[in-house]
Amino acid sequence: MTLSLLGTSTIAVPHIDYSAIGPELVMIVGALVLLTVAALVGKNLARRFSTLFTVLVGVVSLLASLKIWFNVTGAHHVAFSAVDGAVVDDGFSAVILMLVSIAVIFVGASSEGYLSGQSIRSPEFSVLMMLSASGAMLMGSANDLIVMFLGLEIMSIALYVLAGSDLRKNKSGEAALKYFILGGFSSAIFLYGIALVYGSTGSTNLAGIAQFLATTLIIHQGVLLAGLGLMIVGFAFKVGLVPFHTWAPDVYQGSPTPATSFMAAVAKAGGFAGFLRVVFSTMGTLKLDWEPIIWVLAVITLVVGSIMAIVQRDIKRMLAYSSISHAGFILVGLVAATASGIAGSLYYLFAYLFMVVGSFTIVGAIGGSDDLEDYRGLIYTRPFLATGLGVLLLAQSGIPFTTGFWAKFEVVSAAVDAHSYAIALIAMVSAVIGAFFYLRVVVFMVTAKTKAQVSDSVGEEQDVSVGAQLVPSSGVEGGLVGGGPEYGGDPTYSLAVPSESGRSDEVDTDLDDSGVPERIPVGFGVGLVVSLCVGFTVLFGLWASPIVDLATKAKLVP
Amino acid sequence: MSTPISSYSSTFGFPILTVLVLLPAIAGAVVAVLPKRFGSVARSIAMSTSLGTLGLAVAMLVSFKSNTPGYQFFAKHLWVANFGISWELGVDGISLFLVVLTALVFPIVIGGSGVSTPEGLKSYMSWMLLLEGACMGCFLSLDIFVFFLFFEATLVPAYFLISRWGTGRRAFAATKFFLYTFLGSVFFFVAILIVAFDAKASTGHLSFDLITLSSGHFLSSGAAKWLFLAFTLAFAVKAPIFPFHTWSPDAYSSAPAGGSVVLAGVMAKLGTYGIIRFDLSLFPQAASVLAPLLLTLGVSGILYGAIVAAVQKDLKKVVAYSSLSHIGFIIMGLFAMSPQGLDGAVLQMINHGIIVAGLFLLIAMIARRRGTWNLTELSGLQKAAPVLAGVFTLVMLASVGLPGLNGFIGEFLILLGTFITHRWWAVVAGGGVILSVVYMLWAYQQAFHSKPQGDNAKVSDMALKEKLVMAPLIILIVFIGIYPKPILDRVTPTVNSLVHQVRTASHQPSEESR
Repeated sequence: MTLSLLGTSTIAVPHIDYSAIGPELVMIVGALVLLTVAALVGKNLARRFSTLFTVLVGVVSLLASLKIWFNVTGAHHVAFSAVDGAVVDDGFSAVILMLVSIAVIFVGASSEGYLSGQSIRSPEFSVLMMLSASGAMLMGSANDLIVMFLGLEIMSIALYVLAGSDLRKNKSGEAALKYFILGGFSSAIFLYGIALVYGSTGSTNLAGIAQFLATTLIIHQGVLLAGLGLMIVGFAFKVGLVPFHTWAPDVYQGSPTPATSFMAAVAKAGGFAGFLRVVFSTMGTLKLDWEPIIWVLAVITLVVGSIMAIVQRDIKRMLAYSSISHAGFILVGLVAATASGIAGSLYYLFAYLFMVVGSFTIVGAIGGSDDLEDYRGLIYTRPFLATGLGVLLLAQSGIPFTTGFWAKFEVVSAAVDAHSYAIALIAMVSAVIGAFFYLRVVVFMVTAKTKAQVSDSVGEEQDVSVGAQLVPSSGVEGGLVGGGPEYGGDPTYSLAVPSESGRSDEVDTDLDDSGVPERIPVGFGVGLVVSLCVGFTVLFGLWASPIVDLATKAKLVP
Repeated sequence: MSTPISSYSSTFGFPILTVLVLLPAIAGAVVAVLPKRFGSVARSIAMSTSLGTLGLAVAMLVSFKSNTPGYQFFAKHLWVANFGISWELGVDGISLFLVVLTALVFPIVIGGSGVSTPEGLKSYMSWMLLLEGACMGCFLSLDIFVFFLFFEATLVPAYFLISRWGTGRRAFAATKFFLYTFLGSVFFFVAILIVAFDAKASTGHLSFDLITLSSGHFLSSGAAKWLFLAFTLAFAVKAPIFPFHTWSPDAYSSAPAGGSVVLAGVMAKLGTYGIIRFDLSLFPQAASVLAPLLLTLGVSGILYGAIVAAVQKDLKKVVAYSSLSHIGFIIMGLFAMSPQGLDGAVLQMINHGIIVAGLFLLIAMIARRRGTWNLTELSGLQKAAPVLAGVFTLVMLASVGLPGLNGFIGEFLILLGTFITHRWWAVVAGGGVILSVVYMLWAYQQAFHSKPQGDNAKVSDMALKEKLVMAPLIILIVFIGIYPKPILDRVTPTVNSLVHQVRTASHQPSEESR
């Protein structure tokens, strides 16, 4: 094993350190094994086999990633490059490998409900997920632009198919096509950027490029900067930065929810891994050139993402815009352009993964039309999911004692440390705008359904006019009724009696009569994933040091 | 100059301040995850926890050494080492009575609130306890960052208390409250980071410790002014100070009774407390320079609140606007920059907490009997409920500042302190005292006097439980009004040292404007 990051110049087949690319191999082999087994067994494939197998592969790959992590961060260990300088194993890539593995485990476990609901037994969904994950992992540990492009394409092509995997829904096909066409363009642009960079530096190896830039004075930088710019566009598309975000809402909305969840977590992790590595580490010497571009991208992403989210009625579209705004936050760490900024971005990705996978898992479990109206009174009908979603949404808005808060704190403090006060303020103000739409969902969840809506949902024709008259059901202001179905008549001493207690009692009784929908049990996989995501978000929000230290230790090596 | 930590640290064998914060918070979490069938014990758990907290707070009050400035029962542990954030608690004359007030208000609210069915009760109690923990955390934290965490964390329970158990346009009011306060805090947050990173440039390590940050003046005076404003904005929204108050009438009137009591009685103090604790010690010079601005806002609040209160038909809104007026007095006292003014402000914070809690509780009692608190529907309650009317009169008179009751001492000290340093503001504010008599008496007249009409004639008088709920507040109103010395003995030393610190800093501008 060589410590040189440059790689040798012989043409001979390079020595391949398989453990250095362990997680990627686990994913690819896992996908191939599952595909083969499924092809051999055919229709007799056990119902839960694919999902259980995916979770298993995810766990093995997580262990392989942890091994790399301890290899590169231990006392006597340093980052190293392997496979002839094509991949690099440093703390940063190890964290990305872990993140992607965790995403595979979580989405694998939670996709069970969706797959059995659609009575899908074939393993394509799981296979594609694992292949896509291997691509994202490759992006995270690529030390060569060609390898990074390969990773990008492996990840993306599998994602295009995943987006279209719901054959029963037209929207799914539409999402896939949109994602594919725009993604194809962006890949081409990215590739052209690589070509220009190669043309002006003579290398595709990241370490080689960094060394060339550090030692050479380029007088006419045009081609190099154009190449960098095009690569930034490619990355910006993958991670969904404004103005390259237009695919995101449609694709998030149209894709089957587990695919959305996977896409949101993994495409961001892989995309940002490459983005941060190339821009910050490899092109660090060109900081003065890229920093303004990143600044502008971050600002418009933050603002547009959070403002557009406000007007959405579809929860998946809303979460799509919210994830765009999160991408803006992650970019704030890059604007700071310091080691602590990158650590902040990495922490953000970590926290984001749990929040977003948890949220989409819940959205998937709730199902329905994903319209916000479906979430009205959810706390009474599905308290577990509603509570989980409430916690995760508040965490995403940056409430203290959650990882979401520390994530925002890390990137914003890095920006302040780098004296970028303006972007720190813009980011925090957009967090307030963001809080509005997260709260809107929470308001819907804690607002009781009116009688009209309940009788609507149970399909009975009752005295609708009473309910309609009581509650003008409009957005945030909906809910004039003093209480939900559960606080009925109030015989005991009370300071909390609503001013119109007589009326609300009436509604309460009616609600009981017409039958509040029964509580629907939550599947085991979904329950586990939601508990883990919520648990992580709150536990490490209270006990912040471990993950903060992890992100700080995860250094990028050029 | 550094604020000394009193060598007298603790007579208790355990970290009492940490327990004061964590006991309600943990109990809140426990109640939240309690299985549904145990829902009915939620109230007993909440009640015993909050009474236990009150017991601890009183124990702390008793062993607090009076006539001593500086922090007592000090405790410090590193929390997030990477960012120098520490769990640092301490109590001094300024925070002492606010902690006791918090500990007193919550058992009253918990004992007096009724949400009937088990699950609603369970979440209600859980949010109340979490809110108590967060408020305690705010008053006790000496690490600005941890203060900010608790400051923000209070929003969530308060939001749910309003949006789930409130009345009227509760979802709107809750969201408005949340967003307003959150927006105010954003500037505070960035300003905290700037202060800390600025200090890091001089000291070499990142720290959010108030004692460290206020010991040296790391900021240029120009930057200090902006940072002062950013801090103050957050506190001004929370308090609320005119003209950042527009969320408060909505929130106070839509919140459930317990929520209004806590919002106005305890949470409003977070803002004024933040100004004393952080603004004055971190930016003494900027505070002196900008004092006229804040004094003007305070006086405007006094007059505006009083005038608007006079025309309200919603009794809760009358109290909400009167509260704005009282907060104006507190702000005026704070920025008078004299020992008397600051003394009065601290005392008035406690008084206002007691009085406004009493008023909202009484309104809740009226609402329980009449189903409304709209003044147009109330009349002649005095006939049917003389005890209720009597208690209302007493609390109302305390609110308008009748000598012999607690409101008078606070307002008098504030007016005196302001008159010494900023004469004309005090003169104008004096008008507010008269106006407050006007709106309070009007409201009282409409609700309690005249001929009872309709249901107003049939209301029942105060029940024993209601009397018990009001008793501690009445006792305190009278006690502080007659004998405020025990409180002032504990408050004044800290206030004097703070005023001295501010004056030294502002008279030697060369020292800090590097």
